[in-house]
Amino acid sequence: MKPKDESRHWLLSSSPHVHARTGVRGIMLDVILALLPATAAGFWFFGMDAVFTVAVCVSTCVATEALCRMAMKRESTVGDLSAVVTGLLLALNLPAGIPLHLAAMGSVFAIAVAKQAFGGIGMNPFNPALAARAFMLISFTGPMTTWRAPLARGAEATTCATPLASMKTMFGAGAAADAGGALPSVWDMFIGNMPGCIGEVSAAALLAGAAYLLWRKVISWHIPVAFVVSAAAYSAVAGGAAPHVQILSGGLLIGAFFMATDYATSPVTRTGKLVFGAGCGLLCMLIRQFGQYPEGCSFAILVMNAFTPLIDRWTRRKPFGAK
Amino acid sequence: MRTVKSAFKIAGGVHPEYRKELARGKAIEEMPVPMTLAVSMSQHLGAPAKCIVKAGDYVRRGQLLGEKAGFISACVRAPADGLVKAVEQRPGATGALAAHVVLDTAAPAPDGAPPPPRFEPLDWRSTDPAALLARIEEAGMCGMGGAGFPTAVKLSPPPGKRCEYFIVNGAECEPYLTADFRVMVERADRIRAGVEIARKILGSPAVRIAVESNKPEAIAALEKAFAGIDGNVEIVVLPVRYPHGSEKHQIYATVGRVVPEPPALPIDAGCVVENVGTVAALADAVEKGEMPVSRVTTVTGEAVAEPKNVLAPCGTLYSDLVAFCGGMKEPPAKVVSGGPMMGFAVPDLSVSTTKTTSGLLLLPKERTFQYTAGPCINCGRCVDACPMRLDGREICRAMESGDAAAAEKLHVMSCIECGACSFGCPAYRPITQSCRRAKAVIRARAAAEKAKAAAAAKEVGKA
Repeated sequence: MKPKDESRHWLLSSSPHVHARTGVRGIMLDVILALLPATAAGFWFFGMDAVFTVAVCVSTCVATEALCRMAMKRESTVGDLSAVVTGLLLALNLPAGIPLHLAAMGSVFAIAVAKQAFGGIGMNPFNPALAARAFMLISFTGPMTTWRAPLARGAEATTCATPLASMKTMFGAGAAADAGGALPSVWDMFIGNMPGCIGEVSAAALLAGAAYLLWRKVISWHIPVAFVVSAAAYSAVAGGAAPHVQILSGGLLIGAFFMATDYATSPVTRTGKLVFGAGCGLLCMLIRQFGQYPEGCSFAILVMNAFTPLIDRWTRRKPFGAK
Repeated sequence: MRTVKSAFKIAGGVHPEYRKELARGKAIEEMPVPMTLAVSMSQHLGAPAKCIVKAGDYVRRGQLLGEKAGFISACVRAPADGLVKAVEQRPGATGALAAHVVLDTAAPAPDGAPPPPRFEPLDWRSTDPAALLARIEEAGMCGMGGAGFPTAVKLSPPPGKRCEYFIVNGAECEPYLTADFRVMVERADRIRAGVEIARKILGSPAVRIAVESNKPEAIAALEKAFAGIDGNVEIVVLPVRYPHGSEKHQIYATVGRVVPEPPALPIDAGCVVENVGTVAALADAVEKGEMPVSRVTTVTGEAVAEPKNVLAPCGTLYSDLVAFCGGMKEPPAKVVSGGPMMGFAVPDLSVSTTKTTSGLLLLPKERTFQYTAGPCINCGRCVDACPMRLDGREICRAMESGDAAAAEKLHVMSCIECGACSFGCPAYRPITQSCRRAKAVIRARAAAEKAKAAAAAKEVGKA
């Protein structure tokens, strides 16, 4: 026993002295794992174009993150894998066949403008992937709304309507029957055999990933459930396509489970999460019914992101024992 | 007497790896009195005791070394016969300096040295509560759970306040520690005697004994010891969740009452909570006239050769405790006085035990962590984990910019420093430490303002 010698190296710090040992990197790795089924489904339905889009977005995001940190003379944060998550989420929210230079441009915007300009991980007020998607949708509306039919390998990208575009006209009485024939079957919508963004089409794959995140306690149920329930409730009241069709279309599920649950841009209290999720669902449906674009999920989440600090303040809990 | 399950769920909490298997099977082992003891005058919460011995004095076990010095204070008695080598300032487990009486226990008793003081055993049934309380006060007893609140003060509710529930804290929710567990298993009859004495002093409140469900042997031992006791007595089995041992949370989990914000105390909710070790020691002080000058300390951690539950005199040097447990198996990365969630890291083994030293942990590198704090990712784990429902993330941010006033608005004074927030923080942020700093700054400011006001009042008085 040589306590004297060893003691020079003993750590001295404030308690607690043990840790759960889940770091930021571990959490990001879980999110990446949870996105793999949806990514694989995207590859299956949209082929090599999807693979290229994912590869370009992820590598551009990581490179931009590294360069930004270097330019800002801050320690590198590439190792926390958050840039990989942003790149992957952005790619999954782009249509297959998008020109790759546009995908790269969106990735640079996501990291440099939406994330690092605000100070990097945790500091961004808006979800970087969604901010980039919004930027691209406004700037390059044509390519961002050119959808390719699934499983059309080798064929030229064709402009075909997504279920949401078909459903746009369905709100209000009487129209449902007309558009009904244009929609894919519920089974196709569930497994993802429909036009749409690379990662948003397969509800089955997204739900599998979501189940993993819930099991790992990376996310809680509050935001996604409030999101989906409020969207379903709105569509039940507003008419048009059936609630389950609304939920299976567009970016609603990937939005509810993977985008709206982004830590930095969503509230922390349970009540706050429920308010936030419900607001997302409601806004999403309002945009789908009345907005210029067929899909409103990204914009809905971005708008609610802006309210996050306020929701956090309004829903702050009283301490245990406080009057 | 019956055993019930807790009906109230506390907010937040975490599930650290418990690692109690290292020492839970080890029966309490009495350690021979070491050659040197360093007895702190600050073993309890409140004003340190006033030292009344000097170098060269020969003292007897049980003899007074320090007198109670204030309302919230406790006296200190000699844990063994010995020659006072020095009265000196030494760092305690927290690093704060305190007066210590250093005893050489090997020195022979000089001729004509008085015999050790004797304390008559009392029969609590025939002794009136004031005399029982006087015995507890003269014993210098304080809470053995960790905070060390003087027991005599706790057992005398202020006028107008009544104790309706006497809660015996056997949760021992800190990982690694098994001292309370062993006391419950081996000394359940002493706990019963202590409960009966405390009940008499407090005017027959209902009794609740809180134990976490991961201690079935302790529950069985208590059930056996308490069989046939009259009155309203229940063993409440709490689910395993850190920090069930926190006074406020224990009160809520066992009887569903809420202690108001500080400076309110449990008695404001009609409750008095005492640790199992304290209750057992209380019985010994009254019924056997044995002064509480030793305690059970769990010496454990993967770096200790033989983890043990050691009954050692209060004042034993950590180095002697470790040597009694076979020394170190591997070099520790961190040595902690107390449990891993709330204990204090110590720089070396020259610190000595006190009445509140529940454990000594030698943690190897892979069990502890050295963090570099990253930016907050706003995941909310600290908010979910906080049993006081505070917003650790915002408090930490406020303290990063040195804004203690903002932290105060976020109710940081309610923080119990349990460590649940930092435990789960994926960015390894010093959340608990920020709360601690905020509290210290706020307290210092309040004290400065009070002093200023007092000075101003004096000026006015002169004019």
